[in-house]
Amino acid sequence: MNDRTLDATQKLHFYQKGTFTVGNRLVSDQQRAVQASIDRSNALTCGHRACQGCGEALGARYAMDAAMRATGGNVIAANATGCLEVFTTPYPETSWQTPWLHSLFGNAAAVATGVAAAMRVKGRPEVRAIAQGGDGGTTDIGFGCLSGMFERNDDVLYICYDNEAYMNTGVQRSSATPPAARTATTPALGPEPGNVFGTGKSVPKIAVAHGIPYVATATVADLHDLERKVMKAMGIHGARYLHIHVPCPLGWGSASQDTIRLARLAVECGLFPVFEAEHGVVTGSRKIRRQVPVAEYLKPQRRFAHLFGSEEGKSRIAHLQAIADRNIAEYHLLDAEGEA
Amino acid sequence: MFQVRIHGRGGQGVVTAAELLSVAAYLEGKHAQAFPSFGSERMGAPVVSFCRIDDKEIRLREPILEPDALIVQDPTLFKAIDVCQGLKPGGYLLVNSNRSLTDLHLDAVAKQLPAGHVLTVPASELALKHVGRPLPNAALLGAFARLTGLIQLQSVAAAIRDAFPEKIAAANIAAATAAYDAVAGADANAAA
Amino acid sequence: MAEAIGLCRPEVICAYPITPQTHIVEGLGEMVRTGEITKCEFINVESEFAALSVAIGASAAGARAYTATASQGLLYMAEAVYNASGLGLPIVMTLGNRAIGAPINIWNDHSDAMAVADSGWMQLFAETNQEAADLHIQAFRLAEELSMPVMVCVDGFILTHAVERVDIPEQAEVDAYLPPYEPVQVLDPQDPISIGAMVGPDAFTEVRYLQHYKQTLALRLIPEYAAAFKKQFGRDSGGLLRSYRCEDAELIVVAMGSVNGTIKDTIDEMRADGLSVGLVTLVSFRPFPTAALREKLVRARNVVVIEKSLAVGMGGPLANNVDLALRNVGGAPQVHSVIAGLGGRPITKASLHRVLRGAFVQPWEGSHFLDLNEKIVAKELHYVRKVRRSGPTAENLLRRLGQAEKAAV
Repeated sequence: MNDRTLDATQKLHFYQKGTFTVGNRLVSDQQRAVQASIDRSNALTCGHRACQGCGEALGARYAMDAAMRATGGNVIAANATGCLEVFTTPYPETSWQTPWLHSLFGNAAAVATGVAAAMRVKGRPEVRAIAQGGDGGTTDIGFGCLSGMFERNDDVLYICYDNEAYMNTGVQRSSATPPAARTATTPALGPEPGNVFGTGKSVPKIAVAHGIPYVATATVADLHDLERKVMKAMGIHGARYLHIHVPCPLGWGSASQDTIRLARLAVECGLFPVFEAEHGVVTGSRKIRRQVPVAEYLKPQRRFAHLFGSEEGKSRIAHLQAIADRNIAEYHLLDAEGEA
Repeated sequence: MFQVRIHGRGGQGVVTAAELLSVAAYLEGKHAQAFPSFGSERMGAPVVSFCRIDDKEIRLREPILEPDALIVQDPTLFKAIDVCQGLKPGGYLLVNSNRSLTDLHLDAVAKQLPAGHVLTVPASELALKHVGRPLPNAALLGAFARLTGLIQLQSVAAAIRDAFPEKIAAANIAAATAAYDAVAGADANAAA
Repeated sequence: MAEAIGLCRPEVICAYPITPQTHIVEGLGEMVRTGEITKCEFINVESEFAALSVAIGASAAGARAYTATASQGLLYMAEAVYNASGLGLPIVMTLGNRAIGAPINIWNDHSDAMAVADSGWMQLFAETNQEAADLHIQAFRLAEELSMPVMVCVDGFILTHAVERVDIPEQAEVDAYLPPYEPVQVLDPQDPISIGAMVGPDAFTEVRYLQHYKQTLALRLIPEYAAAFKKQFGRDSGGLLRSYRCEDAELIVVAMGSVNGTIKDTIDEMRADGLSVGLVTLVSFRPFPTAALREKLVRARNVVVIEKSLAVGMGGPLANNVDLALRNVGGAPQVHSVIAGLGGRPITKASLHRVLRGAFVQPWEGSHFLDLNEKIVAKELHYVRKVRRSGPTAENLLRRLGQAEKAAV
């Protein structure tokens, strides 16, 4: 099993065509992504039915292969109901090449606990359990089971793919939906169009408050970082939580080719802080390289279209900017001298 | 079949009393069944437990409505509920108290039952003396054994030994034995 | 019961406390801690939904999984109940039968079992604590052979909190009867499969049909395993049903669970008075032993079904199932429904005598509610007719009972 760590403080400054992408062929073997290697597991292989530009498919593919690399292929996944479950298992086909169980919407964390217990009892502790769910299945209906798993410090890595609404059922609002976003249940109508300000919860923060061994947020805009975090998590035993930001072109009303760009803008404007924590203490954050105003992030998404072209919209954008600024302060997203 | 109904308050070991009695009978090769009147755990509330003893399989599951014997762990219950309801004409009544039947207003009840079937035993005092806590159940079972002859004292002792750690068991057995002897002594006096 | 379950070598135990099953799980927890049960993970879950979910994960990964619940807890895990059976996972669960609220009630009746009777789980009802222990041992074997979960139903308080004579077998005896769990499907990195995909209209009916068919296989296996049990352990326990003094009976009673003991005593007394009455004790409610029951009942003139359950708006669910056994049978006995013991109301010999002797004289239509307090009911109905916003029924009844007490003083 390969022991590479991608703790890469890559001292490379590549600015290609206005993006910050560092192509894998330009870095050494050591620093290539798991996805770049021929012998990656392809745990989530092709043929699934995700939308064009689906952030979740991208994130799940990277996350699972990194987990497989870290464990030598010894992973069992418990998946909540949601987009990922639906588009990866169009009966009678499946695109999973790793043992996979879908039970219910709200119990992925508990099912994974059971899997982990079974493996220990069978004398196969090297087989690790991963629970996966969307934001709906994690922050809302799965919250009880999630907290229970955290509290018991069960040996489970829970990965939440956050596209900020119940996408599979037609884009309804969840407790991860950002303020002002239009969804089917928070329409852009009335005196406060879109999702209401002052609602919502940060499950990463709540995970940190549980004091579990490892919590991290990640994004499909930084896939190296995502892989690194998964592999780091698999090297730890106990309850771990990874919250991945995954844009959804359909639900967000964005172009399918903008998925990674939007994910990056969310980080660079401060609305999606990328950080790590261990045992209740934040240990570090990914610095913003080049800060952008939130409007630049919001503009390409039709779910925020109603904010543009009115005075009320302007003040709501300002309100969102204030949230971003608060994140920047709280997680020190601008402290270092922008190292790429 | 012999049916015993035990009355007391939560925290006095009423349920344990019925269980110990059933185990004692079981150890003598009899069939036995013990169960409480069910409710939420609550200190001080009236509690009833039941014990059936028979030489053949016990199939009946209803609460004991017509007991052959009543054990009353807390005499304040007489004012609260109809403790003696259903007691069979030839039945026994054993009351935990250091007062006389007259003081407990039980003379009328005693008259309706055969002579020598109604008894008070200062079980709480005996328990305080031997066990250090006013848990009267073991002592009452010792007295019950002597009063009814239904089970042997040594079976009661064996049941207690089975249920508790050594020191506590020994103390409770001492209380039971003391109560047994007290009843035997009272009998001897009555006979004399 | 904990001891019997422990002897079955469970590998993952996960349960959430609820009256009346708490001490079974506590007992198992202790046994795991002291090492009396080895190679077992005991998990303290945060809800019943989590409890069954953990069991689902464990079972799918190849471990022998066990949980226990009752009443409200069962409903809280209802989604998972259907999930477990739909996925074909051989989980064994103790159900400490308890009434379902509102009104909240911690005492025994069969409403919880009835709520999930059609979920695809097998349901076996114990008559005594001995049978309760024995049925768990049979349940694991049955569940794992058919890849289908089993609930062992044990009357809350009446059995769960009673102390009675029980023979606990030796580990070697149980090992001889119950082989290690060999899953039909299992999550294993060596041979990955996906379990739990969405199944569309094209195949869903077939999946359900096969579940139903498996339960018909259980009709054969249950008596087989009961016979094997008798051979190994030396006593009758389990099976589909058993009968008591039915041979020439004019009136046959059908019932499940602990009340059968009281009914047998009542029947002996009635027989002594020359009344021709017998009893069929149903052990397996799911699968429902239609043919076996028909065979027992067909020659009687009247059948009285006594059950601790009520399908509000319909009547007695057990009676309804019994009707099925006699459907389309020419000259079949009449079936009469008695609803008794709801919310833990004791079923006494006296009341049984009354209703069964009454059945000989004047069998009734519809469901008869045993020991219903007609006076209080009449008062409430009168009040409700007079007052539009009459408030919650339970509280009204209590008020009336309070008034009655005050009047009596």
